[in-house]
Amino acid sequence: MDIVVDNFTRKYGAQKAVDNISFTVKTGEVLGFLGPNGAGKTTTMKAITTFLSPTAGDIKVGPYSITKDPDEVRKLTGYLPETNPLYPEMPVIDYLKFVARIHGIPANKIQDKIYEMIEVCGLGAEKHKKIGELSKGYKQRVGLAQALIHDPAVLILDEPTSGLDPNQIVEIRELIKRIGREKTVILSSHILAEVEATCDRILIINKGRIVADGSANELRKRAQGKEVLHICIEDADPNVVFEALKELNTVETVDFVKDKPNYYEIQSRTNYSSRREIFRLCSDKNWFLTELTPLETKLEDVFRELTLK
Amino acid sequence: MKVWVIATRELRSFFDSLMAYIMLIAFLGFSGFFTWLYGADIFFVRQASLQVFFSIAYWTLFFFIPALTMKLLAEENRTGTIEMLLTKPISDWEVVLGKFTSVMLLIIIALALTIPYYITVANLGTIDHGAIITGYIGLIFMSAAYVGIGLFASSISNNQIIAFLLALLISIFFHIIFDVLSYSIKGSLGSIFSYLSLSNHYDSISRGVIDSKDIIYFLSIAFFGLVGTEAVIARRNTV
Repeated sequence: MDIVVDNFTRKYGAQKAVDNISFTVKTGEVLGFLGPNGAGKTTTMKAITTFLSPTAGDIKVGPYSITKDPDEVRKLTGYLPETNPLYPEMPVIDYLKFVARIHGIPANKIQDKIYEMIEVCGLGAEKHKKIGELSKGYKQRVGLAQALIHDPAVLILDEPTSGLDPNQIVEIRELIKRIGREKTVILSSHILAEVEATCDRILIINKGRIVADGSANELRKRAQGKEVLHICIEDADPNVVFEALKELNTVETVDFVKDKPNYYEIQSRTNYSSRREIFRLCSDKNWFLTELTPLETKLEDVFRELTLK
Repeated sequence: MKVWVIATRELRSFFDSLMAYIMLIAFLGFSGFFTWLYGADIFFVRQASLQVFFSIAYWTLFFFIPALTMKLLAEENRTGTIEMLLTKPISDWEVVLGKFTSVMLLIIIALALTIPYYITVANLGTIDHGAIITGYIGLIFMSAAYVGIGLFASSISNNQIIAFLLALLISIFFHIIFDVLSYSIKGSLGSIFSYLSLSNHYDSISRGVIDSKDIIYFLSIAFFGLVGTEAVIARRNTV
């Protein structure tokens, strides 16, 4: 079930929270939604789940439009809101039963569904407790269970791992990956490593507009373009080495590295690699090459560069 | 039926949170005390009728209904569960009607628990059965009107206390202020206030006269309350 966001705009009063964005998410794809606070992630997610209607444009889940067939969209969608709202006075089992009944799951299947969800989300030990008595991690699992109980084709998760401990984060990520194989998943997060680990594709939005769209590797490449190496050459006069490195055809710039003697930062020309040339140079001159590390741009840097403009 | 799913959840939550027990005990306590033990009670009036009970319940329900309705939507607004609910395959109207039904069920339970009063009085002397039945019907219609108002008050706030006070504030106009105004203002304005006064309509029903005009009055207050509630819930989409 594809999600097609088509020129979606949403205003709050005069302020545009989301400004004319379009993108498509395909079945089996896990899309990571990134952006600084207030970028419009949550607004977009609320619109896909039919909680908010668009000021302009439309969103389609499969063949159904969120404005024309909201009820069909709701049947197909599982949603975990950012704040994970739950009824604290209800026991876990009763709550899941309530959600199952709202989804119109036939009475004779409700019991099986509930136990399946308890199994999948690892709620076994806590199933008879009241939701208000659960720890944050278990509440988050209940939130996921209610989003998954009707086996939705589309899953919208707004910061699914916020407030969890590292073990729980890994578990939830595994769960999302497993689920994501057959479903269409959109998840938002502030944690870049998480998005990189779970998502096939990343969408970065800033001030209501899409600023980047692609896989983590594509985004890195696009942001960087040029190879950057850190090398360390010993048994030689640094100034001689510096001049020799500068002479190489593939090298664009050479810099000393601060506080690290014998280290150099080398940026190659666009689409060239200097690794071979550096090695050859060292062996010709009998220098001792002790380190050669390609520097990858971190996703954090990409994110900062795109969203601080 | 999704209205029923919502209604039963709310009703259970009333009982889980002790609200229902407190309300039932307080309602039966107040109405029992004033009907049987104190002031112009049944033994003072010396008539086999429940008129005393009905005039007490007229006031106790007026205070209790806002206490029951205050959390219905205010709490969902505060915790954000309304978002969870409205992104499920359920319409705004089903949510509103479900919540309305839950409070009506609780009130009907409370009124059903006063049937022993009726049986007792019926054994004390000859009783006008018709007046008793219409008295209960009057209370139920009056409750529907106040639940509608209370639900509306609850929908526009995310604070239960504000919802409670606002419901009382709106209700008190129908309960007593319009009545007072209708006595002090003459002419057509006075008769409008007289029509708007809830006690006039309640009195005629509890005397044993069921007039469609009174029923329309109660149901239209409830209806406006529910329409207003639905409009407030749907307001998230008007910019």
